[in-house]
Amino acid sequence: MGAIRLEKVKKTFGTLDVIPGVDLDINDGEFVVFVGPSGCGKSTLLRLIAGLEDVTDGKILINGTDVANEAPAKRGLSMVFQSYALYPHMTVYNNIAFGLKMAGESKEVIEEKVQSAAKILNLTDYLERRPSALSGGQRQRVAIGRAIVRNPAAFLFDEPLSNLDAALRVNMRLEITGLHQELKTTMIYVTHDQVEAMTMADKIVVLQAGRVEQVGKPMDLYNSPANKFVAGFIGSPKMNFLGGELAQKHSCHEIGIRPEHVAVSTESGEIPATVKIAEHLGAETYLHVEADGYGPMTVRATGEVPLGEHDKIFLTPEQDRIHRFDAHGLALGNS
Amino acid sequence: MEKKQTPLGYVSFSVFAWIVGLLIFFPIFWMVLTSFKSELEAVSIPPSFISFDWTLENYAEVQERSNYFKFAMNSVILAVGSTLVGLVFAVTCAWAMAFNPTKRTKDALLWMLSTKMMPPVGVLVPIYLMFRDWGLLDTRFGLIMVLFLMNLPIMVWMLYTYFKEIPTDILEAARMDGATLPKEIIFVLLPMAVPGIASTMLLNVILAWNEAFWTLNLTTSDAAPLTAFIASYSSPEGLFWAKLSAASTLAVAPILVIGWFSQKQLVRGLTFGAVK
Ligand SMILES: Nc1ncnc2c1ncn2[C@@H]1O[C@H](COP(=O)(O)OP(=O)(O)OP(=O)(O)O)[C@@H](O)[C@H]1O
Ligand SMILES: [Mg+2]
Repeated sequence: MGAIRLEKVKKTFGTLDVIPGVDLDINDGEFVVFVGPSGCGKSTLLRLIAGLEDVTDGKILINGTDVANEAPAKRGLSMVFQSYALYPHMTVYNNIAFGLKMAGESKEVIEEKVQSAAKILNLTDYLERRPSALSGGQRQRVAIGRAIVRNPAAFLFDEPLSNLDAALRVNMRLEITGLHQELKTTMIYVTHDQVEAMTMADKIVVLQAGRVEQVGKPMDLYNSPANKFVAGFIGSPKMNFLGGELAQKHSCHEIGIRPEHVAVSTESGEIPATVKIAEHLGAETYLHVEADGYGPMTVRATGEVPLGEHDKIFLTPEQDRIHRFDAHGLALGNS
Repeated sequence: MEKKQTPLGYVSFSVFAWIVGLLIFFPIFWMVLTSFKSELEAVSIPPSFISFDWTLENYAEVQERSNYFKFAMNSVILAVGSTLVGLVFAVTCAWAMAFNPTKRTKDALLWMLSTKMMPPVGVLVPIYLMFRDWGLLDTRFGLIMVLFLMNLPIMVWMLYTYFKEIPTDILEAARMDGATLPKEIIFVLLPMAVPGIASTMLLNVILAWNEAFWTLNLTTSDAAPLTAFIASYSSPEGLFWAKLSAASTLAVAPILVIGWFSQKQLVRGLTFGAVK
């Protein structure tokens, strides 16, 4: 059981206002991802929930009790650190068992829990090793094992995969998602990788400068971003923002259109453009173009398209995929 | 630009290092040598190096005249005692400074170190009076307190440098795992800092062992360590070089042996953070 609720949580470091005031509801069993650019306060917010930083003001409710002034251990949460933060002087077994020992569990209980965690995480053969004799992925699994055995109300992950190489990252991503499906425990996951956010989350919290920009299901954020920031942050490559005539036509300050929602033609279309760079990935092709009157744009074409530098093309945004924004960057309803 | 070590440079550097090493070592060597001479040969000019009658009579006489082991035992108790007491305070202090620093942490550290620059004699009178009034004169307890306080800045400083190298994440992980502060320090911080703590303790034992000012001024017999033992040979009957040397050799021998065997550890400890 782990429902977490933040009420007007504030954090300042000296005069630096890192989290000006966050309200957030996390339901039991939910996989929540915090995303945002570097320095936006994701880690700080997570550490506030963990109890590793003291809140300046506000309430943190876990299952209805305010724990804002409790020690980390009292909150019943587990954390997986970006650096793994394994105890270098202990074997894998003792690393995983440490929390249980601190909780005063009996030897038999510890043995049983460690073994079962090791089994889930494929660590059974490594229990007697020191962390220094493990690969990055194995270390990460030990860190997760250490978190699981305590049977926490929620797991907190701070960019757990950023030290792994790309292939291993995809693997671990699936493993963590699998783990969540198996354990059904609340997880809060911090990342600045929006692919991780989109693929893993039940609910994404987009942060900027310590403020919550939008909260929602991945596809809701993708389909109806609340503002320009979220629109630009979710989705890769980034959404194109166009002003001028096209915006006027849709009676707004600016329109946004995702690269995958623009039709490309060599004959006719709404916006004439010149290809600058074509990135051929096989399954898809990214065209970085200079649109006449609108400046640089990125569009995605499916499959292999025989286009290269200097080629003249025409772009046509899909009408029902156009996002409209006002002068403050807030999204307007569909036209 | 890359600096190449030329053979000539290497040789001259080695020669230089050896000269410095020998210069530093010579007095100790001479002391040991003198301790095996007769009193007459000890003061003969020109001095004799090897070709004298080797004798153990100085050692016999020193042992006969005063109880070496009583002094040695005091030295051990004072050195080890002050180190252990110091460790308790220094570890907690260094923990606070390394993991919960404030804007003033660096200043506090420098200030602590600066107290070492004050000549001890400046506080001799107040401390002596305190010792007298509290009945601490010539007690091991009193001396342990003085020695521990005297070396505390250095211990804190060394441990701080070591603790700085330990990632805060690991301690936070322990906190998340439910470790209370004492458990976090004992089960996680200290085991990771073993090399640093070992060299800190070692240096502190050596400093306390060699400390003469306070031990001479605050003890007479009961708590007197080896420094007092040596001192007792320097004045009363004029200068007996050979006996004084024998006493000194006996006094420095244990610490010299410890230092010899642990020199790697010591060098690492003292240069930690500087080299890395
Ligand atoms: N202990 C601290 N003292 C002062 N400022 C801090 C402290 N910790 C974080 N900050 C500041 O708070 C802001 C948010 O930091 P935080 O680590 O939460 O960012 P983040 O979103 O996790 O970034 P990243 O993606 O780079 O990890 C930053 O501007 C940072 O400089
Ligand atoms: Mg971070």
